[in-house]
Amino acid sequence: MVKDGSQANGKESINSLNTKRGIRRLWSILSNTFPPLIFGSLILGGWYGVSYGILDEKRRFLLEPPHRVLTNGFLEWSGRDGMAEMLQSLWSSTKVAGIGLSFAILIGFLLAVLMSQAAVFEKALFPYLVTLQAIPILAVVPLIMFWWGSGQTSRVVVCILISLFPIIVNTLFGLQSAEKDMHALFTLHNASRLTRLRKLMVPAALPAIFAGLRISAGLSVIGAIVGDFFFGKGEVGLGQLIKRFSSELQGEKLLAAVILSSALGVAVFLLFTWIQNRAISKWSDRAGLIS
Amino acid sequence: MMPDTSSLSVSFDEVGMVFPDGTQALRDVSFSVGSDEFVSVVGPSGCGKSTLLNIASGLLKPTSGSVDISDTSLGYIFQDPTLLPWRTVLRNIELLCELHQIPKAARRERALAAIDLVGLTGFEKHFPKTLSGGMKMRTSLARTLTLYPQVFLFDEPFGSLDEITREKLNDETQLLFQKEGFSGLFITHSIPEAVFLSTKVYVMSDRPGTIIAEFDIPFDYPRLPRQRFEPSFAKICGDVSNALRGTRHG
Repeated sequence: MVKDGSQANGKESINSLNTKRGIRRLWSILSNTFPPLIFGSLILGGWYGVSYGILDEKRRFLLEPPHRVLTNGFLEWSGRDGMAEMLQSLWSSTKVAGIGLSFAILIGFLLAVLMSQAAVFEKALFPYLVTLQAIPILAVVPLIMFWWGSGQTSRVVVCILISLFPIIVNTLFGLQSAEKDMHALFTLHNASRLTRLRKLMVPAALPAIFAGLRISAGLSVIGAIVGDFFFGKGEVGLGQLIKRFSSELQGEKLLAAVILSSALGVAVFLLFTWIQNRAISKWSDRAGLIS
Repeated sequence: MMPDTSSLSVSFDEVGMVFPDGTQALRDVSFSVGSDEFVSVVGPSGCGKSTLLNIASGLLKPTSGSVDISDTSLGYIFQDPTLLPWRTVLRNIELLCELHQIPKAARRERALAAIDLVGLTGFEKHFPKTLSGGMKMRTSLARTLTLYPQVFLFDEPFGSLDEITREKLNDETQLLFQKEGFSGLFITHSIPEAVFLSTKVYVMSDRPGTIIAEFDIPFDYPRLPRQRFEPSFAKICGDVSNALRGTRHG
């Protein structure tokens, strides 16, 4: 009797423990999803307020209400300016961003490795990289047009110019981050320059490289759309669409295109976060969405 | 050139070191470590003890005097475990063999033997970030053991560990010394650690560091943990401490 009772109690306490755990988990999910949801609803509410409260019907194209952006912007599939065309230009911009980012990674990595191998390269190159970074892209658009015309190449060039700097800086910082004693260990055992680079400096740099990649991935999307905005030859990308929608006063379409652009940026950022976590979270403390 | 196979492993001959910024770290340091000796150097912090090891290993060149080191197979245990965080325990331990281009099968075999020797069996696949300070140091020891060094240089390796872990690693280090037959040069500022491990203890003065006292430690190996509580042990610790106290200014 006594034994049975205690067993029953044990089960009960396990059950109540499970319930408590379940409540805690539910709470943690809620506390993570609620704040952004509430804030999002506030924004939507404010948006409706401006569309219907402040703007009269003639000027409503300045900020069409959310449901019209959904129905006219996203859900009109075919025809000129339909979603099908928008997705096609989204794909075109994705390609430009991908190609530009690949070149930026290649150039950035090689330059950073070069600078890490001899201080003289770092001293020689760094001031010019900072200068390059400081040039507003608008100022070089005419030059790019002179040299490469207004087709796909120019768009990719804009993309590279915008996304190159964070890759170089972060990679270089990462390559220089291996501790002095680690280098001493490799020196003691007569490691060659290449071995040191391959087995010590590059792996040590990975967390910083990924930090740079995630910044540059977002920038490459901006570069692709800005480039497309200025250079209209060939395939139509999101930049061209945005330009057209704004000149035709198609508010809903314009907002839809803007949302698509930012979705592309977020997708690329998440992709690189995912790759980063797969690659280094096993050994590095740097992991997760934010870090 | 054939190394001198007489009984000396490392010998310092009037070694002096002045850094480019003018700091004189060492002055006229002369002593030697025999091939079956375990020598500790104790001294106040900042007296140039680590510089001594950097010179012995060839990482630094002395500005005067010379160092003879009879064998090229040198093991260096750093103050930090210096593990590569992206490698597992096993792959970290294989690193030095990799740098010396030892074939894969042989280095795996050596690494596993070393893991066994330092008691890390079962942790082969762990990454350093999941290990305790003591286990990281064991990994570092095992990594060095894979090259069968004749001379072991220790740069205050257990300084950042808690007392219990430290004593445990001291026990194991002297067992390794007895089993593996290397000679050791151990830098520390813990007197009991120096006395417990060594055949001989040198006391270094404040900067510029030089040897000011020398103590032979007569206890047999293997030394048992309870050795630390014997009056004779306490007596030597007291003598070393007195010599060390004489080095401080003021």
